[in-house]
Amino acid sequence: MSYDSALTIFSPDGHLFQVEYAQEAVRKGTCAVGICCKDSVILGVEKKAALKLQDSRTMRKIHRLDEHIFLASAGLVADARVLVDMARVECQNHRLTVEDAPTVEFISHYIASVQQRYTQSGGRRPFGISTLIVGFDPNNTPKLFQTDPSGIYYQWKANAIGRNSKTVHEFLEKHYAQDMSESDGIKLAVKSLLEVVQTGAKNIEILVITKDGNRTPNIQEIEQTIKTIEAEKVEEAEKKANKRKPATPA
Amino acid sequence: MNRIAEQLTLSASDSPNNQLDGGSSNICGTGVQFELASGNNPAAFTQQYTDVKSERDARIKMDHGTTTLAFKFKHGVLVATDSRATSGNVIASQSVKKVIEINPYLLGTMAGGAADCSFWERVLGMECRLYELRNKKRISVAAASKLLANLVYRYKGMGLSMGTMVAGWDESGPGLYYVDSEGQRVVNDLFSVGSGSTFAYGVLDSHYRFDMSVDEAKDLGRRAIYHATHRDAYSGGIVRMYWVKEDGWVAYPLEDVGELYFRYHPEIKLTHAAESPLAAQRAA
Repeated sequence: MSYDSALTIFSPDGHLFQVEYAQEAVRKGTCAVGICCKDSVILGVEKKAALKLQDSRTMRKIHRLDEHIFLASAGLVADARVLVDMARVECQNHRLTVEDAPTVEFISHYIASVQQRYTQSGGRRPFGISTLIVGFDPNNTPKLFQTDPSGIYYQWKANAIGRNSKTVHEFLEKHYAQDMSESDGIKLAVKSLLEVVQTGAKNIEILVITKDGNRTPNIQEIEQTIKTIEAEKVEEAEKKANKRKPATPA
Repeated sequence: MNRIAEQLTLSASDSPNNQLDGGSSNICGTGVQFELASGNNPAAFTQQYTDVKSERDARIKMDHGTTTLAFKFKHGVLVATDSRATSGNVIASQSVKKVIEINPYLLGTMAGGAADCSFWERVLGMECRLYELRNKKRISVAAASKLLANLVYRYKGMGLSMGTMVAGWDESGPGLYYVDSEGQRVVNDLFSVGSGSTFAYGVLDSHYRFDMSVDEAKDLGRRAIYHATHRDAYSGGIVRMYWVKEDGWVAYPLEDVGELYFRYHPEIKLTHAAESPLAAQRAA
């Protein structure tokens, strides 16, 4: 008997297969990475190669939810659109009733609870996206949260979603340092995306958010960063090679 | 007009299925909802019976006899009220509690319908607690007053009578808002509500300074209530005073306005008779 056709049925060993299949859909989406630094938070996304006849400006992977809260998703783009709109309404609702900006945690909780609700009623399927929600709280602390189709949400110092996210995440675990500067953060984001995006700067988009605003480094800056990374790699390799060279006998 | 309020206040009848498109919000709790009069315009129906401005005999009369005041100052918010309740020409009680302790750091005052004030402020207390549990931090005075205003806005025109001040201390310092059943919600450093408010304003406006000490503020509040109870027939009884500071409010011992007369009245040189040459003659 198949336990995976209906959403509201558990399998005998406690799985909700529809939710797990939704997580599979996420693993097919383009990669996104988020990194918390000392005074900023960096979002990096893998941009799909622009098709010739398509206007690539209309392909948005990073969405703005409120003044200082942004969201990047991996998975079904249309589902992301719906969820982003719900989140935007909730942010404004919060501002209206509480007369204060929502915290990143608040909106992540909201998005996660919407995703959870869609795992618990009949006739609907879960959202096929995981999201990275980044931003600044009113007390000026940078935050990064992640949600997934099952409706969980956790705070992270750095994380990755989408295809090859496991590789990127392991890379981040090895190279993340507490309280990085903005430029180090950008370098780390680009480096980690380069692990899985082979084609270079034109397929990477970065967003830098500080407590005063946000900026999108243009393609030249990203290319410059890549050049710096490659130069550093060459330097590292040379150093290692020099170490291994045996001392010439006198 | 009330549709926006309906959307912003989750009613108890919202089952999980209905909420699929709305999302679950951490702002509004369960809310409390009453059945409204049937038909598409419940306000028009109830207005015939509760409209305070109309002269019809059939309307339900609401008494507003009271003096309540609150003002922000350097060390927090001072809240003072009288304690008289009147129905028509009868003094029903001289010891009414017109300050409602919403929670240990938020106070609400009562003017207008006692039942309306105490009921809705208790519901507000519940919403504030839910907010605290969901968001792991205290609710701001702005948000608390907004919740109350939204709660009663649903019933605008249906006969609620409530003029309340919400006082508290939150991250941005002392907070004071005036909310009423007409849907008004305004912010200011100083408010007085009720039939005796005009008298209280006179005293408050003459001596108010933001940088008062706590004792000066207490004296000003007490004095303003005393003068209002002296002149307004519908205010009297005892002065209830509270001071809202950073870590919550403190209540002060009650003082009978009759006794305050002997403290404050000699300060007022009211009657010329006492100082006139004739009086001196009579005394001699």
